[in-house]
Amino acid sequence: MNFPLLWIIPALPLAAVGLNLLIGDRLGKRGTAWLACGAVGLAFAFAVRAVLRLAGLPEADRTIVENAYTWMRVGDFSASVAFLLDPLSAVMCLVVTGVGFLIHVYSVGYMAHDPSFRRFFLYLNLFMFAMLTLVLADNFLLMFVGWEGVGLCSYLLIGFWYERPSAAEAGKKAFVMNRIGDFGFILGMLLLFAWAGSLQYDRLFAIAPHVFVKGAAAITIATLLLFLGATGKSAQIPLYTWLPDAMEGPTPVSALIHAATMVTAGVYMVARCHPLFLLAPASLETVAVVGAATALFAATIGLAQNDIKRVLAYSTVSQLGYMFMACGVGAFTAGIFHLMTHAFFKALLFLGAGSVIHALSDEQDLRRMGGLAGKLPWTHGTMLVATLAIAGIPPLAGFFSKDEILSRAFASGHSGVWLVGLVGAALTAFYMFRLYILAFRGPSRLSHEAEHHLHESPPSMIIPLVVLAALSAVGGLVGQPMQEGGHLFERWMRPVFEGAGGEAAAPLSPRTEWTLIALSVAAAALGIYGAYRTYLVEPGLAARLRERLRAFHQAVLHKYWIDELYDALVVAPVYHLSQRLWRFWDERIVDGMVNGVAYTFEGVSALLRLFQTGFVGTYALFFTLGVLVILIELGRR
Amino acid sequence: MAHVPWLTLLIFLPLAGAALIMLLPPSRGRAIRGLATGVAAAELVLSLPLWWLLVPGQTGWQFEERHPWLPLLGASYHLGADGISVMLVLLTTVLSVLAVVGSYTAVEKRAREFYASLLALETGMIGTFLAIDLLLFYVFWEAMLVPMYLLIGVWGGPRRVYAAIKFFLYTMAGSVLMLVAILSLYYMNRNLTGTATFDLDAFYRLPIGPAQQSLLFLAFAVAFAIKVPMFPFHTWLPDAHVEAPTAGSVILAAILLKMGTFGFIRYAIPLFPVASAHWAPWIVTLSIVGIIYGALVAMVQPDLKKLVAYSSVSHLGFCMLGMYAMNAQGLAGSMMQMINHGISTGALFMLVGVVYERRHTRMIADFGGLWKPLPVYGAVFLVVMLSSIGLPGTNGFIGEFLVLLGVFRAAPLWAVLAATGVILSAVYMLWMFQRVMFGPVTHAENQKLSDLTLRERLVFAPIILLIFWIGFAPQPFLSRMQPALDHTLELANQRKERSLRMPEARAPGTAAPVADRAPGAVR
Repeated sequence: MNFPLLWIIPALPLAAVGLNLLIGDRLGKRGTAWLACGAVGLAFAFAVRAVLRLAGLPEADRTIVENAYTWMRVGDFSASVAFLLDPLSAVMCLVVTGVGFLIHVYSVGYMAHDPSFRRFFLYLNLFMFAMLTLVLADNFLLMFVGWEGVGLCSYLLIGFWYERPSAAEAGKKAFVMNRIGDFGFILGMLLLFAWAGSLQYDRLFAIAPHVFVKGAAAITIATLLLFLGATGKSAQIPLYTWLPDAMEGPTPVSALIHAATMVTAGVYMVARCHPLFLLAPASLETVAVVGAATALFAATIGLAQNDIKRVLAYSTVSQLGYMFMACGVGAFTAGIFHLMTHAFFKALLFLGAGSVIHALSDEQDLRRMGGLAGKLPWTHGTMLVATLAIAGIPPLAGFFSKDEILSRAFASGHSGVWLVGLVGAALTAFYMFRLYILAFRGPSRLSHEAEHHLHESPPSMIIPLVVLAALSAVGGLVGQPMQEGGHLFERWMRPVFEGAGGEAAAPLSPRTEWTLIALSVAAAALGIYGAYRTYLVEPGLAARLRERLRAFHQAVLHKYWIDELYDALVVAPVYHLSQRLWRFWDERIVDGMVNGVAYTFEGVSALLRLFQTGFVGTYALFFTLGVLVILIELGRR
Repeated sequence: MAHVPWLTLLIFLPLAGAALIMLLPPSRGRAIRGLATGVAAAELVLSLPLWWLLVPGQTGWQFEERHPWLPLLGASYHLGADGISVMLVLLTTVLSVLAVVGSYTAVEKRAREFYASLLALETGMIGTFLAIDLLLFYVFWEAMLVPMYLLIGVWGGPRRVYAAIKFFLYTMAGSVLMLVAILSLYYMNRNLTGTATFDLDAFYRLPIGPAQQSLLFLAFAVAFAIKVPMFPFHTWLPDAHVEAPTAGSVILAAILLKMGTFGFIRYAIPLFPVASAHWAPWIVTLSIVGIIYGALVAMVQPDLKKLVAYSSVSHLGFCMLGMYAMNAQGLAGSMMQMINHGISTGALFMLVGVVYERRHTRMIADFGGLWKPLPVYGAVFLVVMLSSIGLPGTNGFIGEFLVLLGVFRAAPLWAVLAATGVILSAVYMLWMFQRVMFGPVTHAENQKLSDLTLRERLVFAPIILLIFWIGFAPQPFLSRMQPALDHTLELANQRKERSLRMPEARAPGTAAPVADRAPGAVR
């Protein structure tokens, strides 16, 4: 090996972190921006180089492993810092560095006036390091370093404006929720190691079929524990509540971490260990059901949110549900495909929303927007592409990936999951166009103040939007359905997912396939039409609907009171229990006993002190009495 | 090198330094601080070669020294080190320097006596780790108490006398039991072999029947459990920490608590393996209770120092639990956790000390929004906090993960329960951090606080270095202590088998009563 191929990719952003810490105060804003963006841009270039080399290998041995050093070795346990590039991590790596680079560039404009500019890029670079470690790791333990590392960066960046108590609170909530998931991840790793004796992917996946009987309790529990980790990181039921609150962070953070990359880590992890999940059909079924449920559940909440970023946040939760749905029905390729297209259009949606917020002097409420299409032409145009893409309108990226998930679900016999996905697709189209119309169409509801400052964003923000719009438009073409021998993306992924159950499911007849496509496009069209009627054509309709569906509207507006439920069921009881333990057990019982012993001694010694009079006469008396007692005692023998 | 009495120098250099300091006139504050720093630094420099000179794979004591001490009793001045004690000695010398340098501005009254006590304490601690004659060990063990008692009782907070006495009595209660057990070992050995000795190696060879083991083990275990401290013997710790001056808290948390865990590894487990196994369910249960209980109670503390104190109860629970997994990973994790706890909790107490010096309060409610006036402090605090909650990439993760790995192999359920500590530690630490560092500045006094001075930065720099070093490359540490741990495990297993083969083990009515009655008594 001449020049490092893989470890240099995560090392570059880490080096930028180090430099930023050491000399950042002398660089100024320009220097900091160049350093941060340059490191990530270079990482992207190295990622491209590595992937090209990977692509040059024959299909059967498209894996490159690079061992940096032995991290720890204790008894029969050992873990290395080693990196793995295969078609799966290649896609992740390109998405992370590529979209990451665009968002870095965008941030230079977006954060230009923030006093903590340097700290922002420090965290952002640190995030890139952690995320790249996560996707390039060749064993679970190193992945876990990245896994918790991105969680840390998420915590820091959500709470970036730490003076706002709500931001600080949201950051902590995200971290703790993720830790609950990580509790599962850790135990899953322990179980796998205890049974299979390795945490290194290759070895573990090779041994797993020999030590775990398909469907056995151990592997089912292990994969469910790992999936618990995934629900934390990827904001699925029951651990999703942190993601909407995470919108407290700066918008580029929402785009990078809470839409395009970090939150997809759970999907990546499930896809990465598909050999394990395939040994546990019950776990896969759980993944599918949780994914479908989350997809629908979050979509309904998205219908009634008024904060532009919160709509997108629930949309992200919902779209992540689709990815898990795909993994659950065994269509891992489709899941990763959607992960990629989603990274394009959702990053774009967030950045577009950021551009709107920027233009409106930090206004995020959709009720005080409207009619922005003409004022913000670039933002509007790119947002429209993204909105159509997520709604699933052909030939944009979201159409291909979402359609593939739905048809795979149907083909694998999960018609219930398919139906939920279809309904979710209609809702997605509805709430996304609701957002689009409320923001860009109709009459302006801007405050006079906002109207006055209204301006299109600078080029450093617009260019990333345009690039992402192009990707959202054509990114799906690598996955056109009904092609001989599978589509391009599928062929690329084949070495990884070869033999994975769902992939091999009986192909659908072209007739069925066309019907499914027609249905999903119809669902999208229905959703768009609904939003168009409700929010643009008939101005009173929205209010009438709210009135008619009052209970439902209240429920989704309050996010089904899940946060309140968690508070009442978990947070408050634990807090009160802890208070009780401290005040009652520690201070009363234990210390009471300790002090009691001390007081007893004190009492006894006070009593004894009575004898210590200091008078020789008294002592002589005691002495005489003592001698008498001894003499009597001796005499009785 | 073999002729240099290395360990003796290490033990007594600080004491000599303390004596020198006492010769200075009390008014010469600068000279006193300078001398104290010089002595602590010289001690550190003296201890560093151990890192390279230690031969990890070699069995038996290294740097051994042996001289008759009290020939009449058979006690000898016997010192020796292995991977376990070398690591703890290095931890002691590093943290002692930091504690001394960290106290420059914190201690004003009786500075001379303060630094002398601190250095005398160092002698006691290092002696305790290096003595391998039980009487000598006991002397050092007790000798530590006096300077620590003074540190709390003289330079402590308002309730310092209560805290100092509580600390003293708790520890004394345990020590007395241990002394009785040491004496019984001595007599047992003398009766059996005819030689009067307190030598640990002799006791390692002494066959002890299961019935006798139980009581002796309990005597040692209680002494060590109080020191650790294990639930429910922990209530002296919050009081001692809250009242102690910063340097006292640092040393107390970082080193003194390790005396307990070290005692289990060096004495209680290998000497009495049968009893240790017999009582293991109790110890494991108390450790798990300690992990969860400590974390929960830490969560609701209004006082920063109490919060850190209770977090220690939780962390030390991990140490004990990993140890009682009785396998390679568990023991290595336990040992790592000892080092890590020393580093990160020591640092946490110093961080509390930094703001206490500036604001004369430790109440969380008196802070808020400190990141704004104190960004460097905030960043250091963040790194230390992450190490304390075991974020991968920091030292804390290595220990915690290895403990869980070892424990899971021993009994998965224990690991499941202990792993809840992973969640709880994040809850109490992050919540504290949020209330102290984030949000708007709520008290005007906090607005103009000054950030870390150069001296303070120099104190925290090595800590941060160690946090990441162990986090990313723990192997140099692991490979140094592992052979010693393996040896301990092997020794314990051999002795256990030998004891169980002793005829007495099978005689009904001898082994059973002690073992069976005791749990009820505790309950």
